[in-house]
Amino acid sequence: MYLYSEFDRTYVRNRVRMFRDQVDRRIDGSLSEEEFKPFRLMNGLYLQLHAYMLRVAIPYGTLDSRRLRQLAFIADRWDRGYGHFTTRQNIQFNWPRLKDVPDILDALADVDMHAIQTSGNCIRNVTADHFAGAAADELSDPRPVAELIRQWSTDHPEFTFLPRKFKIAVTGSPNDRAVTRAHDIGLRMVHSKEGQNGFEVIVGGGLGRTPVIGKVIREHLPEADLLPYLEAILHVYNAIGRRDNKYKARIKITVRETGIDAFRSRVEERFRIIRKEFLGADQQVIRRIRDTFAEPDYVQAPTAAFDDALRRDPAFRDFANGNVHRHKNPDYGIVSVSLKAHGRTPGDASSKQMRILADLAEAYGHDELRISHEQNVILPHVHRKDIPAVFAELSRGGLGTPNVGLASDIIACPGMDYCALATARSIPVARDIAVRLREIERDVGSLKIKISGCINACGHHHVGHIGILGLDRAGVENYQITLGGDATETAALGDRAGPGFPADELVPAIERLALTYLDIREDQDESFLETYRRTGLAPFQAALYPDAVPKGRGGHPERSNDAVS
Amino acid sequence: MARPFTPKVLTANHLLDGDVVYLAPGSRLTRKLSEAMLIEDESTAKALLEAAEARSSVLVGPYLADAIRDSDGRPRSTHIRETLRADGPSIDIL
Ligand code: SF4
Repeated sequence: MYLYSEFDRTYVRNRVRMFRDQVDRRIDGSLSEEEFKPFRLMNGLYLQLHAYMLRVAIPYGTLDSRRLRQLAFIADRWDRGYGHFTTRQNIQFNWPRLKDVPDILDALADVDMHAIQTSGNCIRNVTADHFAGAAADELSDPRPVAELIRQWSTDHPEFTFLPRKFKIAVTGSPNDRAVTRAHDIGLRMVHSKEGQNGFEVIVGGGLGRTPVIGKVIREHLPEADLLPYLEAILHVYNAIGRRDNKYKARIKITVRETGIDAFRSRVEERFRIIRKEFLGADQQVIRRIRDTFAEPDYVQAPTAAFDDALRRDPAFRDFANGNVHRHKNPDYGIVSVSLKAHGRTPGDASSKQMRILADLAEAYGHDELRISHEQNVILPHVHRKDIPAVFAELSRGGLGTPNVGLASDIIACPGMDYCALATARSIPVARDIAVRLREIERDVGSLKIKISGCINACGHHHVGHIGILGLDRAGVENYQITLGGDATETAALGDRAGPGFPADELVPAIERLALTYLDIREDQDESFLETYRRTGLAPFQAALYPDAVPKGRGGHPERSNDAVS
Repeated sequence: MARPFTPKVLTANHLLDGDVVYLAPGSRLTRKLSEAMLIEDESTAKALLEAAEARSSVLVGPYLADAIRDSDGRPRSTHIRETLRADGPSIDIL
């Protein structure tokens, strides 16, 4: 777990004090909204459709029980008793009152948390594999690297006014659970042929209006070169990224307009200059950080209770098969707690549920928790003997839904139920699809449905096996479907299936897709995505538009990224 | 060609809690769309918007939103976004 120094604590407290003064001055009328808005955004405070929304950074999704309990306390004391976990591994409070926000920020500072850099054209919360430090397939824990980047990028004087926001994701596993190819910079830990630790550096990925799969800018960057190399990329982007048009300001456009090879040359040139300035302080810092991310003190005990429960209890079997993942210690499991109970809002957790999770982390999970970009909560280190007890507790708190990775484990952005930028609702769509597919989802198996309420794509719809984008057609919601997207190491953007659906026709359409897959898969081992890759769009299109007249010989799917330039 | 004026309500968020508010008759603010003043001519709409912009110690981001008069004479929104602003989230909150 990261640790604040006295310097960090003073810095965060001072920021809260300054913001308190700014809020007071806004309320007494000495600051106009125009003057105040940049201040509130710098402290993560947005004004949404019905209320203010405070976005709190959860560094690379890592929490402990103390911090989670504090989030529960904040939810009860100053909000409506719940929080919303986002695809950026953050938490959002949807109903704070302006005058209370400085108190909330102080309460966050009490547990070394803040809302700085959760808005604006700066480097945002660094995200990481939510199984970090636990996954069986991991080369190395990516969190110390994420923490190093966090420290380097927090209030970095050169990068507080970039052309646009900037998102970095890190994974330490070959199986990419951090969507590194859809970030401004993605870092994948790799070993060189000589066995040296390093990173594959991916640049210029992103979703939103112009979805792009990132390109490799360096196949193997030695570990010690990380910060100077990142600084070189940011420097070049800061210098040549467009500021004339907000829709062309992300680094993905810079890379595309410059060309990856020319962009790389500029970065390498800059890197050569600044590498010399890094004299090793960053390496000392990362060594210190690594010490604070030591492996837990694993318990050695028989795992028979787990195997017993597997044999006896079919509900536990479903949970163990879906929600428990392989830990690097074979006596342990990684427990994914679904925040996707059928019919509920994806990613929402009540304060009571947060406390249950905090208690479980403390009692059974070496006091560690993670928030996943898929809007679930992870208990990364649970001894297998304890998983049945954890499951029982979770079930009592409405948290035992065994649907991780299934059709109802849907990513959905807040959409028009909350978000001021939305063009349509996401949450009711997710809720209705989850309920409708409940009976068949086990049969369907792995299926990633992702929903965004506007083209900003916070719900990652472009990389969903089924992606849904809510649009506004003359004041009425309409939903566009994409198919075949993939958020992993084999990242791909979905293909647009055809004309959009009105809200009341969408859920049956999604069900037809699932049923079609069941019909045409080669066998039970062929996943939805594999079937799609084998057959292409045609059979799914036929299911979506049964009354459509086939278009000539066409049949070429329309790529979801064709519409934008 | 300029689009013909259609009826509007004047709406904003309240500075202190972010609540959706509407201008009601007599310069009053209301949180209910049904109590809002339906503005039926363009010059009044413009003048009221300017006045609302000057009330920045209470109102954030005032604007004119399309509305129609429903059968019992009260304003009703014509766009899903305004309907959600008026009614709050359409989902159960935990
Ligand atoms: S995708 Fe659009 S609607 Fe959804 S949270 Fe992002 S900005 Fe809001």
